[in-house]
Amino acid sequence: MAVIPNKHPMPAQDPVVRAKNFNEVALGYDEETVVAEASRCLQCKKAPCRQGCPVEVDIPAFIKLASERDFAGAIKKLKEKNALPAVCGRVCPQENQCEKYCTVGKKNEPVGIGRIERFCADWELANGVLPQQVAEPTSKKVAIVGSGPSGLTCAADLAKLGHKVTIFEALHVAGGVLMYGIPEFRLPKAVVQAEVQNLKNLGVDIQVNAVVGKFATVDQLMEEGGFDAAFIGTGAGLPYFMNIPGENACGVYSANEFLTRTNLMKAYKFPDADTPIRVGKKVAVLGGGNVAMDAARTALRLGAEESWIVYRRSKTELPARHEEAEHAEEEGVKFAFLTSPTRIIYDDNYWVTGMECLRYELGEPDASGRRSPVPIEGSEFVIDVDTVVVAIGQGPNPLVPRTTKGLECNKKGNIIANLETGATSKPGVYAGGDVVTGAATVILAMGAGRTAAKSIHAYLSGK
Amino acid sequence: MYKILKKEVLAPTISLFDIEAPMVARSARAGQFVILRTIDEGERIPLTIADFDREKGTITCVFQEVGKTTKELAKFDVGDSLKDFVGPLGEPSHIENFGRVVVVGGGVGVAPIHPIARALKEAGNEVIGIIGARTGELLFWEDKLRSACTELRVTTDDGSYVRQGFVTDVLKEVIEEKGDIALCVAIGPLPMMRAVCNLTKEYNLKTIVSLNSIMVDGTGMCGCCRVTVGGQTKFACVDGPEFDGHQVDFAEMARRSVIYKEQEQIAMEHHQCTCGCGGGK
Ligand SMILES: Cc1cc2nc3c(=O)[nH]c(=O)nc-3n(C[C@H](O)[C@H](O)[C@H](O)COP(=O)(O)OP(=O)(O)OC[C@H]3O[C@@H](n4cnc5c(N)ncnc54)[C@H](O)[C@@H]3O)c2cc1C
Ligand SMILES: Cc1cc2nc3c(=O)[nH]c(=O)nc-3n(C[C@H](O)[C@H](O)[C@H](O)COP(=O)(O)OP(=O)(O)OC[C@H]3O[C@@H](n4cnc5c(N)ncnc54)[C@H](O)[C@@H]3O)c2cc1C
Ligand code: SF4
Ligand code: SF4
Ligand code: FES
Repeated sequence: MAVIPNKHPMPAQDPVVRAKNFNEVALGYDEETVVAEASRCLQCKKAPCRQGCPVEVDIPAFIKLASERDFAGAIKKLKEKNALPAVCGRVCPQENQCEKYCTVGKKNEPVGIGRIERFCADWELANGVLPQQVAEPTSKKVAIVGSGPSGLTCAADLAKLGHKVTIFEALHVAGGVLMYGIPEFRLPKAVVQAEVQNLKNLGVDIQVNAVVGKFATVDQLMEEGGFDAAFIGTGAGLPYFMNIPGENACGVYSANEFLTRTNLMKAYKFPDADTPIRVGKKVAVLGGGNVAMDAARTALRLGAEESWIVYRRSKTELPARHEEAEHAEEEGVKFAFLTSPTRIIYDDNYWVTGMECLRYELGEPDASGRRSPVPIEGSEFVIDVDTVVVAIGQGPNPLVPRTTKGLECNKKGNIIANLETGATSKPGVYAGGDVVTGAATVILAMGAGRTAAKSIHAYLSGK
Repeated sequence: MYKILKKEVLAPTISLFDIEAPMVARSARAGQFVILRTIDEGERIPLTIADFDREKGTITCVFQEVGKTTKELAKFDVGDSLKDFVGPLGEPSHIENFGRVVVVGGGVGVAPIHPIARALKEAGNEVIGIIGARTGELLFWEDKLRSACTELRVTTDDGSYVRQGFVTDVLKEVIEEKGDIALCVAIGPLPMMRAVCNLTKEYNLKTIVSLNSIMVDGTGMCGCCRVTVGGQTKFACVDGPEFDGHQVDFAEMARRSVIYKEQEQIAMEHHQCTCGCGGGK
């Protein structure tokens, strides 16, 4: 049988239509397509794809089951390694991970591993979640701080091992960035909440509106709350700003605020939902990562006439997932490459009216291996914008590190944890995800949660 | 959860709730705040902790009806539950024995100044309290403040109760009269805190204010609450809400506080025409 050279295309909403709504962009394969795509897999013995998956999903095995229409079997296989396949199938940067190493991809397009994964997970959500085995209760209690992918995964694994798990989440819903950051049109919130419900079914207690370091410190949870161990997965939620003049003017948002108002608080439904947002006519988003793409695409959906990505390097260096940048472009997001702002201009009422920028050129490669941007002197120019969204990165929130005795952090404020075990400098306290690595990916955070769960289980069993 | 155990209407448009929230009450301290939501898809609004009872596990909030959410909140009754309630947020007030201090509460700011006055007095300070309102009808907690302070002075803008004058007029008299005062703490509407700071600057009297910038998460995640203090950007929700008033860029704060004015108006109109009570007409 001849190999089909290309991935089966992902059905998607028309760009013109979707740029005006918050419904999911990629619609997912149907059963016939998923079987056809699964049949493109060569079932390689060595399965190079697996080395690209941070949690080593048994890719050929689950794909084989999918090709045989045994979706229950496929999801079971997936879940052995990946606690959140409906999420990962949608948001993993597959082109840099599993699919990058796929044998088929050497000459043709790789197997659409993520798309098949998503289908299997959605199949399970639609057909009822398969029963999960829970071990005998152990009488040990574990506190999980933060309910992002790292915390959710760690909680699920420990609950299955019979431990009593409580998640403490600062916001009013669980899910972390999956709820407040990644937009509805890429990751429907119902999908995330189905995973959260799954956890509750395992007996995990989820306390929302619980800011650790405020209502109680980690030490208090362990000493007074009776927790035998703790996992910290508080993410990288602290927004960085450019530190340029005018950045506090009205109309300048951090990407976190812009996306939180929209996703978590549902400002796109205003006034039916109470939280407002001001999007203006012409929006400039500073940065070139996934967060920036999400903000720029969100701006269009909120009614902006123009939405610009302003990035100081060139298109080849864009850190965003390829597919996301492409989707953004299709929807009408414009790109100003080799450009960076020097100050934000505002009117008498302190409202943004423009942004002064410098043009850049690419110089020598820097420590990250990418060519570093060098400003061109005297190239100042002004662009008219009335909203600016700063999406240049996030650091760890200092609340937990600052209030936990004996928890070592690095200079940037990230918690220092052994990457093989998740252990921190404090006995019984483990950490993982963005708070340890800095802003990374969902699957890496999940992997870290899983690693820590193993160590915590070993620690509790020896206690 | 978050059940309302007591409701009191303190003045027209100003109400008090005791809310069941043991997790918050166990570690609440003067100067901190909570964020609440009344309903699903409602806004997260910050309110200062006006009092707390660790044993009963309750938090007292006093709020003024100014827009959609606070008007909706005012309709809640004993036995009703709030959707969400999180805290204690922000840094607590710095309390020590300074000697002689003045606390100034304006309008609804009388409520949050109360636990601070009490804590300062318990720490051994001589606490001179000044409270004021636009008109006598809007003044509340005079008794509570009288017992929390060593000495209390009351004023109204229109002179309808006790005397006529702004809290700054009274503050000036107190400063002139008493001389050495170690610290001033002022909470109230933005223009009032600004006026207090302008006055105390003249006397080189260190002044702490509690900033009510617009907030979303209250945990340092969004940067919505940023304020410029001493030339540096701070997040009011985690670095504050209390700051050295002489360092605060009040002009910036004032402009940022009206960012959503248009939308707030829309929200109010939308609210009034759907609630079925025929209100707002
Ligand atoms: C807009 C955006 C788009 C992204 N797109 C992608 C993508 O397409 N693909 C991808 O792989 N990755 C993407 N990422 C990155 C990915 O979402 C993160 O790497 C991942 O969510 C990190 O997971 P985490 O568990 O470490 O923390 P988070 O998801 O950040 O969750 C941390 C949680 O802890 C809570 N918390 C913090 N402090 C406290 C406290 N003191 N007490 C209690 N709770 C606390 C927070 O409220 C939050 O809910 C994106 C990130 C953003 C912001
Ligand atoms: C730390 C802090 C403590 C506060 N303590 C009290 C208190 O004890 N009692 C009290 O009556 N009020 C307090 N406020 C103000 C209170 O939060 C606002 O009155 C409330 O959010 C208004 O909501 P609304 O929907 O009723 O009105 P809106 O129509 O939304 O707004 C009316 C006014 O309230 C301000 N406001 C709107 N949204 C917010 C927000 N998310 N955060 C802050 N201000 C906002 C706006 O500047 C506007 O002028 C506090 C604010 C902060 C930040
Ligand atoms: S979890 Fe992500 S990297 Fe692993 S197989 Fe699935 S899509 Fe690929
Ligand atoms: S490398 Fe590609 S073809 Fe080979 S097993 Fe993995 S997915 Fe299938
Ligand atoms: S309210 Fe979001 S950072 Fe302060």
